[in-house]
Amino acid sequence: MTGSTPILEMKDISKTFPGVKALTNVSLTIYPGEIHALMGENGAGKSTLMKILSGAYQADPGGEIRINGQHVTIDGPLAARQHGISIIYQELSLAPNLTVAENMLLGREHTSGPMVDRRSMEKACQDVLGRLGVHFRATTKVSELSMAERQLVEIARALIANSRILVMDEPTTSLSSRETEVLFTLVRQLRAEGLAIIYISHRMAEIYELADRVSVLRDGSYVGTLVADEISAERLVQMMVGRDLSSFYKKEHDAHQSRGPVLFEVRNMGDGLRVRDCSLQLHEGEVLGIAGLVGAGRTELARLIYGADPRASGEILLQGKRLSINAPEDAIASGVVYLTEDRKHLGLFLDLTVRENVNVNVLGRDARMGGVLNLKSAKERAAAAIKALAIRVAGDGVLVGSLSGGNQQKVLLSRLLETKPKVLILDEPTRGVDIGAKSEIYRLIDNLARNGVGVIVISSELPEIVGICDRVLVMREGRIEGEVGGTGHPPVTQENIISIATGVREAAE
Amino acid sequence: MTSPNDTSASIQATGAAGVDAASQSKQRRLAWRSTLQAIGMLPVLIILGVVFELMSGRFMSFQNLSIVMQQASINTVLAAGMTFVILTGGIDLSVGSILAAAAMVAILGSLIPDWGMLGIPAALLAGLGFGLLNGALIAFAKLPPFIVTLGSLTAVRGVARLLGGDTTQFNPQLPFAFIGNGTLFGLPWLVWIAFAVVIISWFILRRTVLGVHIYAVGGNPDAARLTGIKVWAVLLFVYAFSGLAAGLGGVMSAARLFAANGLQLGQSYELDAIAAVILGGTSFVGGIGSIWGTLIGALIIAILTNGLILVGVSDIWQFIIKGLVIIGAVALDRYRLKGSART
Repeated sequence: MTGSTPILEMKDISKTFPGVKALTNVSLTIYPGEIHALMGENGAGKSTLMKILSGAYQADPGGEIRINGQHVTIDGPLAARQHGISIIYQELSLAPNLTVAENMLLGREHTSGPMVDRRSMEKACQDVLGRLGVHFRATTKVSELSMAERQLVEIARALIANSRILVMDEPTTSLSSRETEVLFTLVRQLRAEGLAIIYISHRMAEIYELADRVSVLRDGSYVGTLVADEISAERLVQMMVGRDLSSFYKKEHDAHQSRGPVLFEVRNMGDGLRVRDCSLQLHEGEVLGIAGLVGAGRTELARLIYGADPRASGEILLQGKRLSINAPEDAIASGVVYLTEDRKHLGLFLDLTVRENVNVNVLGRDARMGGVLNLKSAKERAAAAIKALAIRVAGDGVLVGSLSGGNQQKVLLSRLLETKPKVLILDEPTRGVDIGAKSEIYRLIDNLARNGVGVIVISSELPEIVGICDRVLVMREGRIEGEVGGTGHPPVTQENIISIATGVREAAE
Repeated sequence: MTSPNDTSASIQATGAAGVDAASQSKQRRLAWRSTLQAIGMLPVLIILGVVFELMSGRFMSFQNLSIVMQQASINTVLAAGMTFVILTGGIDLSVGSILAAAAMVAILGSLIPDWGMLGIPAALLAGLGFGLLNGALIAFAKLPPFIVTLGSLTAVRGVARLLGGDTTQFNPQLPFAFIGNGTLFGLPWLVWIAFAVVIISWFILRRTVLGVHIYAVGGNPDAARLTGIKVWAVLLFVYAFSGLAAGLGGVMSAARLFAANGLQLGQSYELDAIAAVILGGTSFVGGIGSIWGTLIGALIIAILTNGLILVGVSDIWQFIIKGLVIIGAVALDRYRLKGSART
């Protein structure tokens, strides 16, 4: 294999976003007829690298992309397509209201004169579909197909465009195991035809089964590449995690010595689809982490607990009493609050002021005469919150939309704290927040735990989870798959978490 | 191509002082922008008044201004209700029809011997009822507001015709005729009522929990739900309030005319109400706007109608000019705000 010319070489690729260096001098070499797996934690830079390959992002100057040894410039999706690169994203990009053939040739319709030549389009597509051995026809509407079949349409679309490099981003996330088998057979067939396949996956078992080589990224840097017989779970995990525990994870509350009684309990929670049979116990003054890969069902579980989405099963107990939570207002009234991972779309009111945003949950409680705003208490609460969380803002009348990410997050946190919660569920509490605000948020979490509040932290950043949590539950495919940190469980380390999250532990057993 | 280089060169040249000046001018621009937003369409209102005074010489008299306000009063009441609805990102197309039905109820009620005043609460209840119906369909059945109120625009119009047996109903001895024709402290009752509605609306929007919730639901409905705001209750309220306002408009209209006609009364009033709200700077997608803007918008529409008549413009041209002024004023507003937001 090493004798042939690489079909794709990416050399010294860097990418800087305002304030963040997402990629640092990453190199990747792909040969025709190989399945090359790309691994790394959430945020390691896999998606950014692939977006550069597909022309969605431009790399910083200094790097180089070569295809078949030729230097190329990929300045947009069209250029990527011309160079034979196709990407199949996690969220499929098909138009469900169109037919398979229309989707496959979108933007490249066959024409005869000014008219669309449907017959020729359908014939061309049917040939490719036949080659893939699928059961549906080119004239079928995409809306009638299953998720697995839609994925095949995406692959067929790449083939009809004569792609030589196929990037598959977590293609099995929404597939059953039988559908996965069909996909694997197909992927091997494409490899035999000489295509190069870049396969992004978190699932260790798939890597063992498919990959010829694996490259690992960590924190935006290239760590290394293993060939098939070198691949072992332990080595991969080690490469993905590395060592970098910074000191700003302050943990002064000591839950192991003073762990209080069980405060909050969730039993058999599920929505029948993306969350299945999840149970957990949270103690007074404990910081409980929920880790897992993107799509493992962590946010979905939190939303179920909070009453934001309909439940199929499950019960919730606070201090031993059953709660009936059917809507967010019920949860808030019982003292259970949830910080959303998407503060702009699901959290803040960007057109309202800092004062209104901080107070919105307690307006009713403070109101006089059954609904008249208590402007004085609102002002006092806002002023106290600005001081307590060091929110950098000119005054409480400033619109929240004009604040920085860190300050917006603090406003949202103070809104939750105004309700004097007993249980705080924080979903990605430091996403899009600068380092300074980050350490302030960690200190806040620590303080809350010291005062007996139960805190659940959902985070994709492993160092954060390891740094601030007393105990961590790890989710995989909608289930709580394992626990680290509790008595009788392995200690809280990134390696232990990642091996449960990716299913290594299962594979090893 | 060259402009980024020029900018960076000038920043380097001026150094820290340049950065300070830039942030100061940015602050000034922000302050200027919020002032512009606060005064909104007031300059347009004043300019129109001055132009009509110059052209006719009769516009600025107390008597004429009193007439303008009286003409604006019913639309102001409808537009106040509409402001609540549009602040949540909705629309109420049915207010003209509800006004007709409520006016019919008011006249029929006024015909009850000795209990004629009952016409007023009956009409208000009718308006409230239709509004609640709209609100229930939108809040519980989760139907789009445009569709629901488009349906009730037609259906309630039919109810209005049905109530009056499809003829014009009169009551020359209307017990509440003073509302439509009397004055209090020199100003028509209609104007006092409209002003009272504006004050009540301001109070609800700016001084109650409900008001904050209305802005919150309009600005970010998903966040509102996750925050524990009962979104359904807010939606139910705004459509009920809009219906109630239309019911009040029906009473005002019946009192003014001593009559109601199910077919013609209130035709296309919803469009004037929406125009007033939009002229007043309320965002069509919800979450941004004020009742004072709506008042100014309603006055602009009334001044246009009144002034164009005074100046002697024909009926046909009045329509054309009114439409163009509405589009022009809103376009100017958008352009102005966008221009100051651009940095």
